[in-house]
Amino acid sequence: MGRYVARRLLQMIPVFLGTTLLIFLMVYALPGDPVRGLFGDKGGSPQVIAQLRHQYGLDQPIWMQYWHYMKNMILHADFGTQIASGRPVTDVLGDAFPVTLRLAALAFIIEMVFGIALGIVAGLRAGRLTDNAILLFTLLLISVPVFVLGYILKVIFAFDLNWLPPNVNDSTNVNELLMPAIVLATASLAYVTRLTRTSIAENLRADYIRTAIAKGLPRRRVVGVHLMRNSLIPVVTYLGTDIGALMGGAVVTEGLFNIQGIGGTIAQSIVRREGTTLVGLVTILVLVYLLANLLVDLLYAVLDPRIRYA
Amino acid sequence: MPDVTKTVPEAAAEDAAVAAAGGTLPEPKPEKTRSLWGDAWQDLRRSWIFIVSAGLILLLLTITFFPGWFTGADPTHGDLAKHFLQKPKMGKFFDPDWLGYDQQGRSVYARVIYGARASIAVGFGTTMAVTLVGGLVGMIAGYFGGLVDSILSRLTDVFFGIPFLLGTMVVLNSFQDRTTWVVIGALSFFGWTQIARVMRGAVITTKQADYVHAAQALGASTPRILFRHILPNTLAPVIVVATISLGVYISAEATLSYLGLGLNGVSWGNDISDGGNQIRVAQWIMLYPSIMLIITVLAFIMLGEAVRNALDPKMR
Repeated sequence: MGRYVARRLLQMIPVFLGTTLLIFLMVYALPGDPVRGLFGDKGGSPQVIAQLRHQYGLDQPIWMQYWHYMKNMILHADFGTQIASGRPVTDVLGDAFPVTLRLAALAFIIEMVFGIALGIVAGLRAGRLTDNAILLFTLLLISVPVFVLGYILKVIFAFDLNWLPPNVNDSTNVNELLMPAIVLATASLAYVTRLTRTSIAENLRADYIRTAIAKGLPRRRVVGVHLMRNSLIPVVTYLGTDIGALMGGAVVTEGLFNIQGIGGTIAQSIVRREGTTLVGLVTILVLVYLLANLLVDLLYAVLDPRIRYA
Repeated sequence: MPDVTKTVPEAAAEDAAVAAAGGTLPEPKPEKTRSLWGDAWQDLRRSWIFIVSAGLILLLLTITFFPGWFTGADPTHGDLAKHFLQKPKMGKFFDPDWLGYDQQGRSVYARVIYGARASIAVGFGTTMAVTLVGGLVGMIAGYFGGLVDSILSRLTDVFFGIPFLLGTMVVLNSFQDRTTWVVIGALSFFGWTQIARVMRGAVITTKQADYVHAAQALGASTPRILFRHILPNTLAPVIVVATISLGVYISAEATLSYLGLGLNGVSWGNDISDGGNQIRVAQWIMLYPSIMLIITVLAFIMLGEAVRNALDPKMR
């Protein structure tokens, strides 16, 4: 087990370096200049611009910049300075990250609970009316783009019915976060439902289920223990990769509901070409994604004793 | 294939009649076993999901290629004096007034019709590019294995690790003039990984097959083995993923437009984004492009669903 984890962690290194390098190249190789952006239409004097570029290390060749950036990040946990505000990127991250984490966690709970529940209901009644109704419902959820759904919910529940606040002022208030979390969760919820349904319907015909029923086990135990444990592996895989996607996908949702999280910061730094901020944020997202994948692989062994890691 | 609509005695009687009349009978064909594709086609024709989605897609393609058949109005012509935020006139079907006017006095109906072109072009263009690039990378990685596979798989992981929407946002933000090609390029740049992974998995299972070993033993060239023997047998999962992702790319294009980073010009995403600002005064500006967008994405995802059911017997 320990050796397996070590090997997986080693395999992550090239992917991690590659991803950060790619985003670094994209930010700096494409046209645009964050320092000029500070001055607006009027433009600054060449000396000031040159001085600022030197201060942020933007006058060095891109390979040197990447080298220094990675060195500082790994050795000193220093993600650089946000040029627009002059604050360290770690500070900006510290403000924004918990907000997005709360939103993503709530969305994750919603998609897991409702997705698996709907999937089990559909899978146990495969081919019947309930199954088809749930299929149609999930197809609809997948097809409605996030921002359209956000507007629709906002108009209905915030403006017309006045049940929920249209914007989020305090991200620790679950009531305020509920609507954005639902919007963020819908598409993934549909995929979780589909996966659970397929897996349940397939395993329902397995020999061990017939044996369990023949033994006279109560239906609750057959479904709850025998069927669930064997059917949840693909679902857990999807949920694991989805943690990263939820945090990355929050760009649109956070914009819609005025949440001051990572998404808003990312959108701003893209428009302002804040390379350092952007690379820092994406690095965090990539790390979350890689670690979630590792965790999922380790969970397999818990769910299915046949899988062992030497 | 024998004509199954007729019972045997009937058909025999008919044949006899034809022969008696001095006509020539067609050679009786040997019973043909249907291929995976033939089987799938038989399944598809009976699936209501397929019929509904194919009908919708045909209609959308007609709208895309011949918008003039549906409206005579110009989607970019704004008349502030007469039509500023005019409400929809529900009785007037297919009239420029039908779905109301936006904040610049442009006909919402005309914009809904002309906006189809952007979505369909981006959807099809991206899917084709992604299938070509991802398919080729996946095939090479899966067939050659070893070091080539390691390098290509890590490369796929790198592109897969970057959140899709963020990556495309960074690329598109550096283009002032975002034409259809630029948007297709940006979406494909990050989108090819999924197809590559599916293709690689399919090739790895297929290359163990006896007919591939036979072709290798006969001395067939590598491209011939890849394209004549392996490709046809790995296409099914790729086609399923590609059809579903067509809808997803249309949705992504609209999302990018909503963020202000999509196509310049008439597109549903731009209109939804504009209408969102007027949502408390004039809901119709946002409503109708949204409905069209949802129907379009739904049609392609339903088509993918039907194709998956037909090609993958395990799903039944």
